[in-house]
Amino acid sequence: MKALRTACAITAMTLGSTAMAADISDDKVKVGVLTDMSAVYSDISGEGNVVAARMAIEDFGGKVAGKPIELIYADHQNKADIAANKARQWVDDEEVDVIADLVTTSVALAVNQVADREGKEVITLISGAASTPITNEQCIATGIHWTYDTYALANGTGRAVVEQGGDTWYFLTADYAFGDSLQSQVSRVVKENGGEVLGASRHPLETSDFSSYVLQAQASGAKIIGLANAGGDTINAILAANEFGIVQGGQKLAGLLMFITDIDALGLEVAQDLYLTTGFYWDMDEKTRAWSERFFERHGAMPSMVQAGVYSSLMHYFEAIEKAGTDETFAVREQMGKMPVEDFFSRNGRIREDGRMVHDMYLAQVKSPDESTRKWDYYNIVSTIPAEEAFQPLSQSKCELVNN
Amino acid sequence: MTELIGISPQLLFAQVLVGLINGAFYAVLSLGLAVIFGLLNIINFSHGAMYMVGAFCSWLGMQYLGINYWAALILAPVVVGVIGLLIERTLLRRIQHEDHLYSLLLTFGLALMLEGIFVELFGVSGQRYPVPDLLNGGINLGFMFLPIYRAWVVAAAVVVCFTVWYLIERTKLGAYLRAGTENQALVQAFGINVPMMRNLTYGFGVGLAAFAGVLAAPIYSVAPHMGSSIIIVVFAVVVIGGMGSVLGAIITGLGLGVIEGLTRVFYAEISNTVIFIVMAIVLLLRPAGLFGRQS
Repeated sequence: MKALRTACAITAMTLGSTAMAADISDDKVKVGVLTDMSAVYSDISGEGNVVAARMAIEDFGGKVAGKPIELIYADHQNKADIAANKARQWVDDEEVDVIADLVTTSVALAVNQVADREGKEVITLISGAASTPITNEQCIATGIHWTYDTYALANGTGRAVVEQGGDTWYFLTADYAFGDSLQSQVSRVVKENGGEVLGASRHPLETSDFSSYVLQAQASGAKIIGLANAGGDTINAILAANEFGIVQGGQKLAGLLMFITDIDALGLEVAQDLYLTTGFYWDMDEKTRAWSERFFERHGAMPSMVQAGVYSSLMHYFEAIEKAGTDETFAVREQMGKMPVEDFFSRNGRIREDGRMVHDMYLAQVKSPDESTRKWDYYNIVSTIPAEEAFQPLSQSKCELVNN
Repeated sequence: MTELIGISPQLLFAQVLVGLINGAFYAVLSLGLAVIFGLLNIINFSHGAMYMVGAFCSWLGMQYLGINYWAALILAPVVVGVIGLLIERTLLRRIQHEDHLYSLLLTFGLALMLEGIFVELFGVSGQRYPVPDLLNGGINLGFMFLPIYRAWVVAAAVVVCFTVWYLIERTKLGAYLRAGTENQALVQAFGINVPMMRNLTYGFGVGLAAFAGVLAAPIYSVAPHMGSSIIIVVFAVVVIGGMGSVLGAIITGLGLGVIEGLTRVFYAEISNTVIFIVMAIVLLLRPAGLFGRQS
């Protein structure tokens, strides 16, 4: 009896899988969200990314190509070694098929190395990390950089500010790879558009008092003070600039990497009129609002572009498996590249061979308290930067996968 | 414009002043730490967390109870002080005869727990606390724009520092406290309740941290990690000044604020390290610190 039941089950499974022609390894698709759960980037990524991933799985019906989708997540504490170890464990022992988010550039680069081991390749969907080496010198065949990068930020905010007359710049730069990369890319954009860079102060990561730096920026006489830093550093720099009368004195600030959670922390009184470049804003149209309201109900805050990017990238990944009928890494990567990325998050999106997902980016200006009608109503979208202009052209790519 | 060591005198003056302002913060924070170490022999690693809790108390009070800045300046240290009393009574007292390392680890663990709880409740980005109306705006000093609030911080810090120093070094209560540290059994024999005194001292010390937190709230973002980024510097201040020396903590706090400020102009990359360079030099030359008693 038992033998008969087993035989029936096997037959049914064989028939089932033949019918769908699905070739899913270990009969499930396992998603790993590797993120910063408690430190500086946990508001833009963190728990919100887990919520976004869970929403993607539920919205896809919990199954792809007839097999269940599983979700696991872990905290990498913004440390590359912890992230790489966790990723190795996931790929080698826990049959994870795709790793999402990877906020912090050093983490993304370290995990990409793990994801690129011969015979053990997995797809990485990088949403939180910012630096361009991910799709240049250190690009890998299965890595996709989804949401934004320093080139797009520099291009968006840098150019817009110079075009509006902000042609002399002074930088307050976080003294590590990301800050350097952002400052040099914005400097290039400023110079290309006829502006001039007067100087820079490099401050250590996680500085609480910016008054010294702000006074130096003030003394430089530059029209624009560019903040090539992130998170708490940007917030404290803006607070100090506000306190020391920088803006009243006629100088303007340009936040080069700002998220909606930073604006929420600063308050509109202080943050108003700031320009910033973003890959997503929740209040753009019906689709962005509908998704974001659902996210808000679960998470208690509106989504950052990183969190929306995690959802969007996973949905695209699932669709590719469905279309390809397999979760084999290279087949899925190829399928993902074939399909345009059009959803609430991405307009005119496509994945290039260097792994860059190019899509429309937006130049936003922070509203004044009078303009804002409710909490989270923070941005006016000033202009759309078309996908093909927003990101580094493929012809300049240093990625070895690109035939230049 | 004439230049002095590569920068304009205006900028130099401004940087010295800004350094003094930061130094005032260091002084108030290290004061509490010095009091706790000097009188209780506890290396209080939760001091930064108490500073953060003090800042959050004022923000929560304003947000949910409508308590204004001036009331918070009194209430937040009292609330945090009471938390301190409880921590001393229930936890620290049990290990007071053990090695220093025990209290260090216990308070460090407490700091991590407090930070974790606040991250869970409020996220890491922080909250905004407005400058009180009375202290809004700034004065143009000619060489710089001085925010009135920063001037107030220096004044408040100097008054508090002097008062605490006077209390401990020049009053009878202070004498009891110091005697209690030297020989608890003997002082107790005179009918003085030493355990209660220790309890109140710890509460008072962390209350000072909370006071610094309220002063900091309108300047920096009120965020769970605000204490951990400052605590290491404050420890260095206490070590340089001489562990447990109240006067040492005050003078070193102000001095290091200035040194750090000037480093930010001339070589910003080492501004986080310069304090530890000073610490290493001082420890080599005077192992007990600048104002510590050489044993």
